[in-house]
Amino acid sequence: MLLKRLTEATGPSGFEDEIRQVIYEEIRDHVDRVYTDSMGNLIAEKDGTGLGPKVMLCAHMDEVSLMISYIEEDGLLRFRHIGGIDDRVLLAKPVLIGEGRIPGVIGSLPAHLTSSSDREKPVPLDRLRIDIGASTREEALALVCPGDWAVFATQYEPFGQGLAKSKSFDDRVGCAVLVEACKQEYQMPVVFAFTVQEEIGLRGAAPVAYRVKPDLALVLEGTLASDIPGTVVHAQATALGQGPALSLVDSSSIHSRKLRHHLIEVAQAQNIPYQVRNTTAGGNDAGRIHTVHEGVMTCTMSVPCRYIHAPSQVISLDDYNNTVRLTVEFLRSVERGGLER
Amino acid sequence: MSEWNIRETMKQLMAASGISGHEDRIAALIQDALVPFTTDVTIDRVGNLIAKVEGHGPAPRPSVLLAAHMDEIGLMVTKIEAGGFMRMINVGGVDPRTQVAQEVTVHTRTGDLVGIIGSKPPHLTSAAERGKAFPLTDLFIDLGLPEAVVREQVQIGDPVTIRRQSFELAYDRISGKAMDNRASVAAVFECLAELKTLAAAVDVYAVFTIQEERNRVGAGPAGYNVNPDLAIAIDVTFAQMPGTEPDSTFPLGSGPAIFFGPNGHRTITAGLEETARQLDMPHTREIIIGDSGTDAWSLQIQRAGIPTGLISIPLRYMHTSVETVCYQDIVNSGRLLAHYIAGIDRAYVEGLSCYLKD
Repeated sequence: MLLKRLTEATGPSGFEDEIRQVIYEEIRDHVDRVYTDSMGNLIAEKDGTGLGPKVMLCAHMDEVSLMISYIEEDGLLRFRHIGGIDDRVLLAKPVLIGEGRIPGVIGSLPAHLTSSSDREKPVPLDRLRIDIGASTREEALALVCPGDWAVFATQYEPFGQGLAKSKSFDDRVGCAVLVEACKQEYQMPVVFAFTVQEEIGLRGAAPVAYRVKPDLALVLEGTLASDIPGTVVHAQATALGQGPALSLVDSSSIHSRKLRHHLIEVAQAQNIPYQVRNTTAGGNDAGRIHTVHEGVMTCTMSVPCRYIHAPSQVISLDDYNNTVRLTVEFLRSVERGGLER
Repeated sequence: MSEWNIRETMKQLMAASGISGHEDRIAALIQDALVPFTTDVTIDRVGNLIAKVEGHGPAPRPSVLLAAHMDEIGLMVTKIEAGGFMRMINVGGVDPRTQVAQEVTVHTRTGDLVGIIGSKPPHLTSAAERGKAFPLTDLFIDLGLPEAVVREQVQIGDPVTIRRQSFELAYDRISGKAMDNRASVAAVFECLAELKTLAAAVDVYAVFTIQEERNRVGAGPAGYNVNPDLAIAIDVTFAQMPGTEPDSTFPLGSGPAIFFGPNGHRTITAGLEETARQLDMPHTREIIIGDSGTDAWSLQIQRAGIPTGLISIPLRYMHTSVETVCYQDIVNSGRLLAHYIAGIDRAYVEGLSCYLKD
């Protein structure tokens, strides 16, 4: 199953080797050429059967994760985040370290040995440790070393009614949309860009956009859903099950109004549900792509994702399927000349 | 290493659930696992599982009670809110900070449901919010189900446990939920396996108690009913880690921590320590001046008083879903108990009440 394969692969920012290979094997038979650049971005091109604007679809391969920073004399591992993680989600979670998937657990002092005022405060990152079972630095070094990364040990599984959970829907769900869209044939040239290092500052997208020089770009993301208790309805960024979310503005860009309106027209014509992303928080590769060369018309479409950047992220499979549909129908509309430049 | 794969049995028991007051499911699994050792098993009125292994000596034989609690800490559903999100309370000592972003199992009358304890996306969380730990009242369970389905399936009071398969770390360490106190359940199994080779004279009652995590409710009735000549509780204790004190915590792999203090009988402590020395086994002494915080506290004062001992298995990250032990400590605890028990006879247990010098 594609979502399972993509979400269970590992790919910390800058260490996207495993997910890149998984995607490569999924798409290589469907594209005219596929290659990587110096940063490790994976770029796949379909030349198209006719003429038309060059469209770039973009999803990032990397995921928020951890990196071992120091091994204590007692064999416990200090670590840092790669990407934005609220430290409060880390406590008492299993992780897998490096390509060997060495199991570890994030532990802290038991509540019995802490004061009640301590327990009102989160355990700060510098007091959290990963325990792999080693009692000494030497024992630990036999298995891991500083610079090894770690990911959450969460499996992809169906969840509730029509939902699924995994460690990395941000943004493997976007990668999955690209893989599915890649299996169709188009008249115009379409480039599928799987980028690196989005989570640490949108690093991979600009070089890709510079190389590809697309006429327009659509970024596919997993974005924050906050349809949960404690968030008033009008402050909910997106909600599960309401369809793909179209971005207005976020911290990295003001998304193309023209593209968004076109996406809405296509969605309405094809009877595909959609929603508008209702927050300025967050940013994504669109922020880099839209300023490359003389500028690229860029918009973002996202699958809403509850508990994003936490160990168990949740999406609606209907939202995913509708995002695939709207992406393909959007490309069909562009190839028919439906989008005026 | 015993011929029964007690290590795997323990991992299966850990993945199963039994929060305090809801031990029936774990009790049934323990009863199944006991079959190689005994089928003389009863469940008493409060729910303790009492398994008798007959001794090889002539009747009437002295009796020894081993108590390992089978319950675990957990949560309980208290409210179903709009959208089908659920609120909960804790059963036993739960640090809410360890519950955030966990996958959980909600045990309903029609079956188990998978849930996630939700958290706000960091993008929408202010720095001030991040500096504050979530109290349990701010946390909620998401089942991913429509509200009507949740209301249909879930009842207020349904127990909730963290959803975690136990797993092996390096260097003989095992991690998972409910290691407190399935580690001690496994130690009792290791003891019963070792006893098979020792042909002990005494009757052994392996008792798996209820509601230890809620003020040790089960151990009292168990001690009263069995009325043993001697009782030993088996529990977990704090393992050493950064920020712990050396006089009250024990390194993983340092063997059973043998209790010393007024909650235990000094002769039993001495006997356990002597046995450990004879076995050339790593062991430590745990000094507690009052309540040991275990079933031993209740057992000691049942009927006319039961001579009571306590051994504890060092465990890291107590009361979280990544509780970690060194399995060799469990094996050693079982061996220690078995060899100590094998040395007990009538004169020994009668001597436990003799304090005067002529």
